[in-house]
Amino acid sequence: MREIILYLLIIGAGTGGELCVARAMKTVGEVKDFRPSALMRLVPRVLRVPWIWLGLSLMGTAFFSLLAVLSIENVSLVVPVTALSYAAGALGGKFFLGEQVTRRRWAGVLLVCIGVALVVVGRG
Amino acid sequence: MKPSAGLHFKTYLLIFLMVIFGPLGNVLLGKGMKRIGAASTGTLTQALDLLSRVLTSGTIWLGIGSLITFFVAYMLVLSWADYSYVQPASSAAYGMVALLAHFLLREVVTPLRWIGVLVICLGVLVVGQTPPRTTEPR
Repeated sequence: MREIILYLLIIGAGTGGELCVARAMKTVGEVKDFRPSALMRLVPRVLRVPWIWLGLSLMGTAFFSLLAVLSIENVSLVVPVTALSYAAGALGGKFFLGEQVTRRRWAGVLLVCIGVALVVVGRG
Repeated sequence: MKPSAGLHFKTYLLIFLMVIFGPLGNVLLGKGMKRIGAASTGTLTQALDLLSRVLTSGTIWLGIGSLITFFVAYMLVLSWADYSYVQPASSAAYGMVALLAHFLLREVVTPLRWIGVLVICLGVLVVGQTPPRTTEPR
């Protein structure tokens, strides 16, 4: 039961956090200059976007839940299970970020999910 | 909008960094947490004790460093590419996790699990054929 709650936190808070971070980075705009000084100048700009704070909090929650699960289960099981967030991610990209998820991309996401299911079923 | 070759190149490069450092970070965290043992947070003392053991583990910090590298690459790529493109494309990381868990942590990866990893990579290929950006840049 505790593990299920932790997995839900990893998937829910993790995906929610990533969507918030993606939204924040879209607000910042395309990064074109990769020199370290330019990247350092980017940091305060990123931190001024409120979405980044919600995103980082959610990702922190997901991180500590991941640590807790990793103390009990194998990495080769835990990491694939967290991929259940793929469907959530595609839905979030579509509805939260306004991205167009094409049929082909949905097909890819579906394949990824099938692969993840096989990984879980193929437990040693 | 037709994405330029440069946009594709830097997208692939950053996704490559994500696929290396994300799994490495997870495997290092797994190794560190296994050494610490099952997390028990029943009382505040237990929780603080656990936290101090986590934060003094060199393996965990190496893992955190890897994940930060992953995260920086991830944030940069998200500034121009769709989330629904980056997330599936970076799923090649699942193959990498299985490989690293097998070779570094000696975890048992069954044939069915390897097939699952292959199907994941197939999904990645399908996603990779779609354009990286569908929304207009602001």
